Amino acid sequence: MPRLTKDDVQPVGFKLNGRPVVVRVTPRTLLTDALRHEIGATGTHVGCEHGVCGACTVQVDGEPARACLMLAHQADGCDIRTVEGLAQGDALTPLQEAFRAHFALQCGFCTAGILMTLDALFSRQPDADEDAIREALSGHLCRCTGYAPIVQAALTARNRIKGGPIDA
Amino acid sequence: MKDTLDSPLVGRSVARVEDPALLSGRGRYIDDLPVAAGTLALAFVRSPHGHADIRSVDIDEAQRAQGVVAVITGQEVAARTRSMTVGVKADVDCWPMAIDRVRYVGEPVAMIVATDRYLAEDAADLVVVDYAPLGVVVDPVAALSEDAPVLHPSLGGNLINERRFRYGDPEAAFDAVPHRIGIDVTYPRSACTPIETYGVIASYEPGEDAYDVTANFQGPFSIHAVVARSLNVPGNRLRLRTPPDSGGSFGIKQGVFPYMILAGIAARVAGAPVKWIEDRLEHLSASVSATNRQTRIEAAVEADGRITALDWDQIEDCGAHLRAPEPATLYRMHGNMTGAYDIPNLAIRNRVVLTNKTPTGLNRGFGGPQIYFALERLMDAIARQLGLDRLEVIRRNLIPADAFPYRTASGALYDSGDYEAAMDRAVTEGGLAELYARRDKARAEGRRYGIGFACVVEPSVSNMGYITTVLTPEERAKAGPKNGAQATATIAIDPLGSVTVKVASVPQGQGHRTVLAQVVADKLGVPMAAVRVLADVDTMRDAWSIASGNYASRFAPAVAGATEIAATRLRDKLAKVAAAQLNIAPEDVSFAAGRIAAKGNPDNSLSFARVAATAHWSPGTLPDSVDQTLRETVFWSPPGLKAPTAEDGINSSLCHGFIFDFCGIEIDPETAEPKIDRYVTMHDCGRILHPAMVDGQVRGGFAQAVGAAFLEEYAYGEDGSFQSGTLADYLLPTVMEVPDPVILHHVTPSPFTPLGAKGVGEGNCMSTPVCIANAVADALAPEGKAPDIVLPVTAAKLAPRIFGDEPNPKNPVPETEVGPTTGGRKLTGEGRAVVKASRADVWQMLLDPATLDAIIPGSHGVQKISETHFKADVTLGVGPVRSRYKADIELSDLDPPNAVTLSGQAAGPLGTGGGHGRITLTDTEDGTEIAYRYEAEIGGKVASVGGRLLDGAAKVVIGEFFRALARHCGGSARSGLLARLIGLVDRIRKGGRS
Repeated sequence: MPRLTKDDVQPVGFKLNGRPVVVRVTPRTLLTDALRHEIGATGTHVGCEHGVCGACTVQVDGEPARACLMLAHQADGCDIRTVEGLAQGDALTPLQEAFRAHFALQCGFCTAGILMTLDALFSRQPDADEDAIREALSGHLCRCTGYAPIVQAALTARNRIKGGPIDA
Repeated sequence: MKDTLDSPLVGRSVARVEDPALLSGRGRYIDDLPVAAGTLALAFVRSPHGHADIRSVDIDEAQRAQGVVAVITGQEVAARTRSMTVGVKADVDCWPMAIDRVRYVGEPVAMIVATDRYLAEDAADLVVVDYAPLGVVVDPVAALSEDAPVLHPSLGGNLINERRFRYGDPEAAFDAVPHRIGIDVTYPRSACTPIETYGVIASYEPGEDAYDVTANFQGPFSIHAVVARSLNVPGNRLRLRTPPDSGGSFGIKQGVFPYMILAGIAARVAGAPVKWIEDRLEHLSASVSATNRQTRIEAAVEADGRITALDWDQIEDCGAHLRAPEPATLYRMHGNMTGAYDIPNLAIRNRVVLTNKTPTGLNRGFGGPQIYFALERLMDAIARQLGLDRLEVIRRNLIPADAFPYRTASGALYDSGDYEAAMDRAVTEGGLAELYARRDKARAEGRRYGIGFACVVEPSVSNMGYITTVLTPEERAKAGPKNGAQATATIAIDPLGSVTVKVASVPQGQGHRTVLAQVVADKLGVPMAAVRVLADVDTMRDAWSIASGNYASRFAPAVAGATEIAATRLRDKLAKVAAAQLNIAPEDVSFAAGRIAAKGNPDNSLSFARVAATAHWSPGTLPDSVDQTLRETVFWSPPGLKAPTAEDGINSSLCHGFIFDFCGIEIDPETAEPKIDRYVTMHDCGRILHPAMVDGQVRGGFAQAVGAAFLEEYAYGEDGSFQSGTLADYLLPTVMEVPDPVILHHVTPSPFTPLGAKGVGEGNCMSTPVCIANAVADALAPEGKAPDIVLPVTAAKLAPRIFGDEPNPKNPVPETEVGPTTGGRKLTGEGRAVVKASRADVWQMLLDPATLDAIIPGSHGVQKISETHFKADVTLGVGPVRSRYKADIELSDLDPPNAVTLSGQAAGPLGTGGGHGRITLTDTEDGTEIAYRYEAEIGGKVASVGGRLLDGAAKVVIGEFFRALARHCGGSARSGLLARLIGLVDRIRKGGRS
């Protein structure tokens, strides 16, 4: 890897929601800033920029990761998935539908990160129990809902994804 | 989620129209909005000191930095603006940027406009501010003392306002009863901290002398007047817009307004639009928080527990400046200072104090948490002292159901309620008997378990005139009356006959657009999908007034109410239009299923769209009594919201909901951690428009209250340093800490609002903290004197009460003898190094600037001012937290070549530091051992964000210095445990060889 100074603008290429993208950014540019301000994928939100709130969570090669703690250059060659990549066309996924049905969001600012964490959880662990769901959610801060509707939505979504009854 | 047309939509939990976009990453928050090409980034230089004079601000280097377009100081801001309006009569200015003095950590001192945010922040680090630190006061009671440092010399002290109020005959009431029962309570600082921070986009058009500002502001829009006046333009030269979505606010985003002024000035100076998105440290240290308050409350109590008078003495801490609308936190509850109780006599003394902390502002609950914590802790104290059942004391004092509408002693008119019935239902349906059984069982097993109660009246729809209660009646007479609360709603019909609703309610996730679609669809008999709602504001295009915005829980009672009135007016006009076309009387017209029909004859009907669009396509056919049906705008101000009376009576809010909470809490016997076992919350918020959203408000407020009760506190050092600058220091509750409360409803519709609804958004922020405190008190001491509970109730605070004080360690760490400390983040350490040089040589080296320059890690030069005074320019840090500091070092207690004390101060962009260290030199076999002990304190940004890491970091940096000294002399440096370990290994190895 070439040694870069802080002002060197270099191309970074990765897949974003299945589509190849290239951004030209300085070495210190955060992945959040590259996504939001270079690409215009503003669905990923920034709440603290120190990895606590979880709002910026995206999937990097299938694993949830804090985009605010990643440099854009670290995403080079990766497969990045964001909230914009969840729904196919106009139809919401069962996870998104469950959030709507349970009023599991109010302002929606933390929601993108929570959806990406739960989506990764269910793809890895389709039968995740409530404890596993709570454990995964504990890395996210929500100031609006008091969390209970989010847990309910996650349980409903898990049942839908498993093909079982909708209501948990 | 059914949307059938035969039953009303209002009252059902329909799916939110907001959600598909928010769930798919298509929300439009401030930082997502497109900006004009050439928009520049704004960043701030902020004070690292709690209190200091600004000697100079050197911007030369910053101005020359890459990408920088402008560097603007407080002097320049002041030259282009007027001081922000202060809500009391006092000789004091309130500037959005410090001019010659900083008064809190995080106060803006300069701002940088640059081509991107990264470069703007680089340049911010290059601004050199020369501060002369002043004495600091962070405690409101201490701020009142004679010898306290004074923040604003023009005030002559830190007391900016004092008023005494007297209603009924409190002195006589106290004389007439057997008991005078009082408590002192301390309410700390916390804030509801939205996950989205502040953001502002501003531009300036010199040809029109007009500012265009978009900000995630939440209202009240009375602040528009404050900003326009400060920017020195008429109101029509300040266009204020809000983004369609906002990531939570809970009151906090009212406080963005000083940055609207600053961004406007920055755009004007830079000649280009600017954008600023606040970062989390800026938000925690320098946005706004709730007030902290010190209260003494006393009650005149009959033998049976009946209270006949209350006497309040409140000291309100509004931080470093009294920013609009403060001291509103202190006065919002003025009409309901007697809570849910029928207490005819009342005395109040209110003092507003300034301290070296961030200025305060709106925060969910606004004034409620502070007063109900005192009032409901007092109810607990009364029950304890009289040996009565706690619930019985509450019950005996409740306002009776037949007393509504009820006028309180201080002038509020409570609209409706049946408090006793609501309480009885909560006791039964919430399972209080079972909870008592759980408590008894726990106690029988020796566990600490307590039950707490709280009874709260939740005001909503603020009277914009309540804040003038802070003025004397004479001052009010001079200023002219202020009162009312204009709510606005516009309903428009387009040429295709579909319906658009516009309100100035500026939601931050509360689902306003959904509820208004329900209200209007019901009224006009159309499906929800036929109604589209906009709730963001553009002050140049929309109907708005000073009360617009999203605060004081005003949406359901006031905004939805105004919308109901507008829809009714429009429907009545459309009925006339349809009656003419259907050949029937207007009163025989029905609206249902998207059609307008003759009652009893559905075949005689027209489509809603066709009738609705008549005024577009053929206005000439409208009946004479109908002007138009294109657009109906309603301004509604509740008539009951009058200005304060000459006797200081004030109906501070339109609606008064009721909450009765109880909970069980167990304190862990091992860790002393308090944990909620069960929480029950009963609400009467009048008619419920959308049950799931109401419960969402209850749960959300409850979760924030759980944070305030157990975790959250804006922590300041005695030196004014801000110590909770990250979300790892300011802890918000996660899913693990928030139980799901049992939510119950008892409905008494408000007779004062068009839909019968009251506000519901803030109640649990008022009731839950004190309910938890009462339960903790019951767990700690079931009987006898009430223990003093100060939030947040952490395990660390409870442990000494349960386990007693920590025993002294068997091998105490020796204290370093140094001077008195100032209360910042303290670092201490010691170590030693062995170097291969004589004591005299080491002594020389330590006093020689050239040697020091060579061995101080990151040194950019050491300058000898005198034999005992050095100045150094060094880059210090660990990992990414690295910055350049200017250090000033003095030597004292010189004992050549044996010992010396170093005292120093350092300042840089990341903060300040100061400390003392004693170095002693002793001979060893082949060189000299250097031993050192130090005690240092740090402040500013580094103390706010890095406190937890600093002890380690300081050890590394100091260790590096002595390693470098050792290398310089050809020896080795070892410190602390490492030295002992290496020494041990050495001895073992040597022992092995011999």
